[in-house]
Amino acid sequence: MDVNPFAQALQLIVQMDPALAGIVSLSLQVSLSAAIIAAVLGLPLGAALALYGFRGRGAVVASLNALMGLPPVVAGLMVYLLLSRAGPLGSWGLLFTPTAMIIVQTLLVFPIIAALSRQVIEDFWEEYREQLQSLGSSRLRAIPTLLWDARFSLMTAVLAGFGRASAEVGAVLIVGGNIDGVTRVMTTAIALETSRGNLALALGLGLILLALGLLVNLAIYLIGEQARRKLG
Amino acid sequence: MTDPAPADKPRLLPLRLKGVCYQRGDQVLLDQVNLDIGPSGKTLVLGPNGAGKSLLLRLCHGLVEPSSGRIDWALGNGDSAQQRRRRQAMVFQRPVLLRRSALANVAHALALQGVPRLERGERAAEALDRFGLLPLAARPARVMSGGEQQRLALARAWALRPEILFLDEPTSALDPSAVKAVEDAVLTFHEAGTRIVMTSHDLGQARRLADEVVFLCNGRLLEQTPAEQFFRQPGSPEAAAFLRGDLVW
Repeated sequence: MDVNPFAQALQLIVQMDPALAGIVSLSLQVSLSAAIIAAVLGLPLGAALALYGFRGRGAVVASLNALMGLPPVVAGLMVYLLLSRAGPLGSWGLLFTPTAMIIVQTLLVFPIIAALSRQVIEDFWEEYREQLQSLGSSRLRAIPTLLWDARFSLMTAVLAGFGRASAEVGAVLIVGGNIDGVTRVMTTAIALETSRGNLALALGLGLILLALGLLVNLAIYLIGEQARRKLG
Repeated sequence: MTDPAPADKPRLLPLRLKGVCYQRGDQVLLDQVNLDIGPSGKTLVLGPNGAGKSLLLRLCHGLVEPSSGRIDWALGNGDSAQQRRRRQAMVFQRPVLLRRSALANVAHALALQGVPRLERGERAAEALDRFGLLPLAARPARVMSGGEQQRLALARAWALRPEILFLDEPTSALDPSAVKAVEDAVLTFHEAGTRIVMTSHDLGQARRLADEVVFLCNGRLLEQTPAEQFFRQPGSPEAAAFLRGDLVW
């Protein structure tokens, strides 16, 4: 190591090294897709859980909360078993593809978005319930009203989910396989390059990942602030 | 627009409560209430705190189900509670407004009533205009002042063209000029033919507005009398004490 790896890393970033750019772009594609799919499924489910009472609701809510902490390697293993050639969905041929990575990250992000939005919507429903009933709204019709009114708080939940997806390594490593140019994302590349001694690339990716995390949190903060200012 | 009760629909009023009780746990909050809300006029529901005034309004509006007794509308109970509620409106003590613009708040209420999208904007703007809120149409409802918010709640109710309007202590959190605006709004509804049923703990307000007074105390309906008679010579000792300003339990 005659050259400072930190300086090398910065150089890679500034030059927009094509290998680096490919890895970053795949990371964003996988984690953003997972966050969006999980949001489309999780927001209405969270709202429905907030509005409807049914037998076993407590158990569903508790499991959803527990699943927020689902270890990525366990999720990875489960999806691996499903998609491996001998598994029930093996014929789809999805193992070691970006699609498999999106599936496993969706599984990780979904409980976060559903559980957080359940909490948010429950508070909104508490406040809006009588007024919406008075206006003739059914519970089902109240779901889009509440999702829209809580949009800023829910955006925070979605961004938290995206943060988790982009930061995890275990799940995408197991179902993606870290194949160069196909399924290599930032986190798996960092793990690999570090073990190979290629510290400059690892550090460069690490810096980008950190910046991304910072950006997401800044966005969460600004959205919250704007909502407070604008909507009271 | 000043025709809140289209002739082709069966009449909603009168509203009759027979032996209505409401219990929570072993606490009886309303006990054997009989009440007759005729087709027109302004009824003020009076009584000390905790008498059950708000609860009575919620029962009438169908937000709460009675533990026992009957609540009958003139058109019968064939329609669902939701359909009946579409011909009524309620303004709450603290207005609950959506986190949207003033105009969008009214438009949303119209959407819930099935008003076609193209009509909503115009009807919502007309309602805002009626209560002097048109210049604030684009303002987020939640950052408006308390008085403006209550006027917006009234405009939202107005846009729905209700046949009966329930108001639950609509002025208790407002300053005098906003109180005046709300009382004027109540008269506007009345002139348009909307039946008014309103709770208040402000005797001056009751004297200004009431055609008829319903007096509740301790969950029991003690009288339903014409306002003029109630204020001159109340029929129950509790009401007499309430009018004198004594504490009534």
